[in-house]
Amino acid sequence: MPVVKFTYALKRFFPKLKDTSVSGKTLSAVLAEMEASYPGVLRYILDDQRCLRQHVNIFIDGTMIKDRANLSDPFEENSEIYIMQALSGG
Amino acid sequence: MKSTLLLGTRKGMIAYSFQNNQWQVENISFDGIPVSIAYADPRNGTWWACQDHGHWGVKLQRSKDRGKTWDEVTAPAYPEGEEVKDGMKATTRYMWSMAHGGNNYSSRLWIGTDPGGLFMSEDEGNSFQLVQSLWQHPTRKEGWFGGGRDLPGIHSIVVDPRNENHIHIGISCAGVFETTDGGKNWNLRNKGLRADFLPDPYAEIGHDPHIVVAAPNNPDVLWQQNHCGIFRTTDGGMTWEDVSQPEGPARFGFAVTVADDNPDQAWVAPADSDVIRTAIRHSLVICRTDDGGKTWKELRNGLPQENCFDIVYRHALVSSGDAVVFGTTTGNLFFSRDRGDTWEVISNYLPMIYSIQFAD
Repeated sequence: MPVVKFTYALKRFFPKLKDTSVSGKTLSAVLAEMEASYPGVLRYILDDQRCLRQHVNIFIDGTMIKDRANLSDPFEENSEIYIMQALSGG
Repeated sequence: MKSTLLLGTRKGMIAYSFQNNQWQVENISFDGIPVSIAYADPRNGTWWACQDHGHWGVKLQRSKDRGKTWDEVTAPAYPEGEEVKDGMKATTRYMWSMAHGGNNYSSRLWIGTDPGGLFMSEDEGNSFQLVQSLWQHPTRKEGWFGGGRDLPGIHSIVVDPRNENHIHIGISCAGVFETTDGGKNWNLRNKGLRADFLPDPYAEIGHDPHIVVAAPNNPDVLWQQNHCGIFRTTDGGMTWEDVSQPEGPARFGFAVTVADDNPDQAWVAPADSDVIRTAIRHSLVICRTDDGGKTWKELRNGLPQENCFDIVYRHALVSSGDAVVFGTTTGNLFFSRDRGDTWEVISNYLPMIYSIQFAD
């Protein structure tokens, strides 16, 4: 199963965040699973139009996703999905 | 004078209380997180923090115990499909103003945002809805534009305490709007304003009121510190009159506050023109008028008069009784006990100050 990993910066607001295996087949489905596990976290990652926030990055197996609006970047059964804070925006 | 000060700053929210004849820090919340507006609802003492995380977006926090504990509530969000302009999705980028709905609407709250949406809550802030009547105003898509921020923003919400369905709002850049039916219909109230940056300075729309405030004891008198001067109305916004000093210093700036007990007495925090935006000649001055803007006094006693770069943002100059307080872009916080005649320092070591409110 793919695994989602989080930047430490998010753990300030969601102390229980940890590496989490997911079953979703799309990035949107994966983030919905994260919201179910950690209520409220989705709004920290996506804006109210469900686009990736400007200063948040998602990497799939070390490559930054390209589609920040529709989150259509593909991943594999054993992918690692990192949710990171950009160095901009502070 | 009310005995609490709430500050929204670049690095958190700070509350001071007046004890033993001085201001002392009572609470610091949200270390490191920008708080665009710190707001105390005078009806129930609830504190609000409008946050602007660098990374995680806007968040709205509520405390019912003076900042000891906070609950995050859902920040205003635009309905799916709404657009700032054709092809540009509307999303809440910044919360720039907050006001309560009045004593007759005890569950009502207003929040103004960038990119130009006004939001209303009817359930004490548990949820907010976009005020569609203003968002769909025929002037918006073509006639509103950024000023201060990249997109249009609502920084002023002035609820008339005599009739809480009567509200003025200020938008940079669009101007002043008025509703008399609780937000169902909106009328432009820009007559008499001058926008020197427009091809037609007297256009109906496109003005830049940096802040709009009403006189507490006569809400038909409103003042605005505009990008192009200081303007005042005595007829509820039907006509505005330029009351600036032609050669300054009371001319360009961001903030204005009106005395509780006198609609003719107001303070402004002048800055050096829109191209410089520092303290004028590197010395800090507050100007006060006691006669409705006919004349202005320069108040400098106790303020730095050399090597000073401070300016005062639009929500960071307030008054309460004889007290006047302002905070600056370089984190200095000043207090006057005598309506500005003399000033003392509360702190020189704060983050950039975005908002100040006197509270109980």
